[in-house]
Amino acid sequence: MNRRALLLAPFGVAVLAGAGFWTVLGRMRQGSFDPHDVPSPLLGKPVPDFTLPGLAAYQGFSAADLLAQLRAGGRPMLVNFFASWCVPCVIEHPELMALSRDGLPIWGIAYKDKPEAASGFVAQRGNPFQRIAADQPGRVAIDWGVYGVPESYLVDAGGVIRWRMAGPITPQIAAEQLRPLLKTLA
Amino acid sequence: MRRLLLVLLLAGSAALGPAHAISDPAEMLANPAQEARAEAVGRQLRCLVCQNESIEDSNADLARDLRRIVRSRIAAGETDHQVVGWLVARYGDFVRLNPPLNAVTLMLWFSPVLALGAGLLAVLLARRRRIIAAAPLTEAEQARLAELLPDTGARAPGAGR
Repeated sequence: MNRRALLLAPFGVAVLAGAGFWTVLGRMRQGSFDPHDVPSPLLGKPVPDFTLPGLAAYQGFSAADLLAQLRAGGRPMLVNFFASWCVPCVIEHPELMALSRDGLPIWGIAYKDKPEAASGFVAQRGNPFQRIAADQPGRVAIDWGVYGVPESYLVDAGGVIRWRMAGPITPQIAAEQLRPLLKTLA
Repeated sequence: MRRLLLVLLLAGSAALGPAHAISDPAEMLANPAQEARAEAVGRQLRCLVCQNESIEDSNADLARDLRRIVRSRIAAGETDHQVVGWLVARYGDFVRLNPPLNAVTLMLWFSPVLALGAGLLAVLLARRRRIIAAAPLTEAEQARLAELLPDTGARAPGAGR
């Protein structure tokens, strides 16, 4: 009896490991788990200080502008780093348009992009942003902890970063994470 | 002997260290002591884009930007600790290739101990089972054995213990 239990043990371990891998792979496919995700130390912290020029004809902004707008609006805002050369940004774009239509103020920062290319991207696909700043050297992005585009930060009315998405905000991620969070913060 | 040579060869190539990605000599600091420190700090920092390379080894744009920042901060007189802290404040402990011991990394640091413990337990269990298996034969078993063995009176090995 004891020996049989011992013989079955490796089988049991294999079944457990298989179930674990299956769960992890399922979550990776769904998008709720990303093994390459870098957890942001900025969550729960105030937005970093910065000042950026506007992209082409659009109005740029600084941390002070963002805080003033948050205080005036009394509701959370999304800061989105994007670039015209970034394919996932194209995938994300319709969802940003939808969020903007649903009343979420979004301020964009064009990351390491040529001004004409970034403004062309917005002109061609539609503009979900109220303001667009240009971070051509990518230095301000480092202060936000950005390591790729698109990357988005939800800032609450008090100027504290509440949520970060590294990668495109898909309709599913918006429905599962961002929209419920907006309800609790409103 | 051949194995020893192989080990020596591997150890030698590891000691030489990896080639790094600085392609532009203008990136390097003029002060060789500071440059050496910047390289040592950079080798402990993860490139967030490729994730399994240090910023000294990576060709990614972000790694190049971070190399420049590390160098400018060291040239400005910051300690290695301050430079790493500046990056950890932005990218978290993940940016360190040598993660610190805390609640999140407890499993990471102690999994070798756990594995060793599990191995020891397995060895102990296996040894105990072998001792049980070596118990002397009963009289009935000895009689049956004697019957089966061609030389009458022969004793099974281990039966006398």
